[in-house]
Amino acid sequence: MMAAKTASVPAVKHKTEQRKVRLSRALILPALIFGIVLTQIPFLVTIYFSTLNWNLLKPTEVKFAWFDNYLAVFEKGDLLPATISTVAITSLSVIFSVILGLLLAVLLDRKFRGQAFARTLLITPFLLMPAAASLIWKYSMFDSNVGILSWLLSTFGLPPIEWTTDMPFVVVVIMLTWQYTPFMMLILLAGLQSQSKEVLEASSVDGAGAWRTFQWITLPHLRQYVEISVLLGTIMLLQVFDPIAIITKGTGGTKTLSYLLYERAFVGLNVGEAAAYGVVTVALTIIVATIALRNLFKVFMDGGER
Amino acid sequence: MLLKKRTLTLGAMLGISALALSGCSASNEVKDVTLTVATVNNGNMVDMESLKGEFEKANPGIKVNFQVMEEGDLRSAVTADVANAAGQFDIVTIGAYEVPQWGANGWLTDLTPDLQDAAYDVEDILPPVRSALSVDGKQYAVPFYGESSILMYNKEILDAAGVTISNNPTWQEVAEAAKAVKTDETAGICLRGKPGWGDLFAPLTTVVQTFGGAWYDMNWDAQVNSPAFTEAVTFYKDLLDEAGEANPVDYSFNECMNALKEGKVAMWYDASVAASFLEADDSPVKGKLAYAHAPVVKTKESGWLWSWNLAVPANTQHKDAAVKFIKWATSKEYHNLVGNKLGWSKVPPGARISTYEIPEYKEAAKAYAPITLEVMNAVNPVQPGVNPQPWTGIQYVAIPEFQEVGNQVAQLVADAIAGRKTVKEALDEGQKIAQTAGDAHK
Repeated sequence: MMAAKTASVPAVKHKTEQRKVRLSRALILPALIFGIVLTQIPFLVTIYFSTLNWNLLKPTEVKFAWFDNYLAVFEKGDLLPATISTVAITSLSVIFSVILGLLLAVLLDRKFRGQAFARTLLITPFLLMPAAASLIWKYSMFDSNVGILSWLLSTFGLPPIEWTTDMPFVVVVIMLTWQYTPFMMLILLAGLQSQSKEVLEASSVDGAGAWRTFQWITLPHLRQYVEISVLLGTIMLLQVFDPIAIITKGTGGTKTLSYLLYERAFVGLNVGEAAAYGVVTVALTIIVATIALRNLFKVFMDGGER
Repeated sequence: MLLKKRTLTLGAMLGISALALSGCSASNEVKDVTLTVATVNNGNMVDMESLKGEFEKANPGIKVNFQVMEEGDLRSAVTADVANAAGQFDIVTIGAYEVPQWGANGWLTDLTPDLQDAAYDVEDILPPVRSALSVDGKQYAVPFYGESSILMYNKEILDAAGVTISNNPTWQEVAEAAKAVKTDETAGICLRGKPGWGDLFAPLTTVVQTFGGAWYDMNWDAQVNSPAFTEAVTFYKDLLDEAGEANPVDYSFNECMNALKEGKVAMWYDASVAASFLEADDSPVKGKLAYAHAPVVKTKESGWLWSWNLAVPANTQHKDAAVKFIKWATSKEYHNLVGNKLGWSKVPPGARISTYEIPEYKEAAKAYAPITLEVMNAVNPVQPGVNPQPWTGIQYVAIPEFQEVGNQVAQLVADAIAGRKTVKEALDEGQKIAQTAGDAHK
């Protein structure tokens, strides 16, 4: 009796645990199925579409075309310039917004009256819808007649710059930097505020000035935060579309992969080719994202060890 | 409890209305019908929306819902909907470019039998417009308004510089005038530079044609880097450089109109429909403008031909009600309604001959009505250029690929206008893009 009882306790425990596991799996299942349906089926459909010769305007000529669309993607010669534009716009905007974000974060990382208010104001650009932000920049900043930038230049006696015509690439980078600086600032500010006060105090006791403290203590501490902000910013900026569609229309080296895709799908109405561009873009993004995510996890795992 | 009940009733109502909607085409009984109209955010269409109550009053049981969009959004939304037979819209607003192509695809209801009644008077529609909306004698859409392109200029500025423009100017004459009147504050001429087949390439294609060029020859061989095409684009770019508005790549119809209104440019070559806005009561340049035919070089006329039209997709559930509405919105009665309710200058132009015989309209639009009618009757959509072409249409090529070809070449030309490429480089690249599209039609 006694022996039987002691033997059954772990067994019962094991059973309840198993039941618990089964239950939790069952509870997760609907969400999992929903997630798969929502993300994977559209992708499979896209892959299927990419093998079709299908232009919306020629409904009678839809047929299976194997890899013709992919051949067209690589033969037409739009892919390489678009990839270069995407990389150039993304990297420049990320670099500038990290630098500006760091400056603003350092300014915000101190006690002063209205600190919360200043922080909220500085975050606003990131909260704005990208399309709305693009319209604001197009009409009130870059406009050659009434834009604020033209007015600023004229107060220095300089001629107005024809922004959209002469430097569309710069326009897009300026706008994106403006929009993503707050995002970088927030992450870096969190990093600054997690610095140990003792270390900072010790350094000042040892006679290190503000710049030396920043260079030898703060910057190494911030390294992981900079990495995270660069990675997240890159992933988000790879898909940039709004300022290009609204301000530059893809001229002057601003035709990014997402704008190219939009043109194929909604101007050319060529569903097959657009799907092929989509698949290729996804493949390129996965490569970037895998590298990025691996680094991201490394940052999380290593923690403060570096 | 109350909330729950309400939700239940709402659900039941939704279910019933869904049943009603699906049963509508089958039963002959008259039920409440809601028509969804997709339209473009141009002034005349917004007027139509504000007057829809009159139609609903006269036709009890029919409600009309408007979805107003930007031109580009409208084009992709409507194309996707109609091509996939999604049936979201009962009435669509489409351009003269789409109507013959979509009609031939079987996407639109053939309206010919419905337009035969004497009250509607289909013969009253301007012949060039009507011919652009018909395929093999079947009419697939009715014009809401039509337009050509004309030269508009500020008389005060030109008079001050001692420059005159004839009624049928040449491009050389216009270029000289633009250079003569330009000052630091005022540009000589506003021309569209915003990349897009319907933006930059609407006026530029007419320039190309009057210089003797064309997008394609009769064998569908692209002519984009031909000497005449190159000469025309070079002329356009040089004119913009020497006397055009600053930052041209930002400029299309609306931007140029504002510039002319504010006195920032002296001349403007664009759609004739602009005149009705420039002569409106709230316009600062009202009465200060004069109008001339589109400038020419080698052809007699160079104006374009465009109409915004109402059509009924073939798969609509409410065909009868939809036809009733589009006939109302393009009728003589509607033109009188707009005149009496909103003002005579707001009557949709360029669709009906009889509009130009209404005394009140003639008075209200005396500055631009005669020239609009004159130009619209004079243009030839069958052969607008020097040489014959294998499609009907002036400022566009009526093939499905043209939107994309036009857009891409427009981006290249914008690069040339900005000086990042030479005109020759841009057009050599454009030639390849155009040739690929042309090969599909050989």
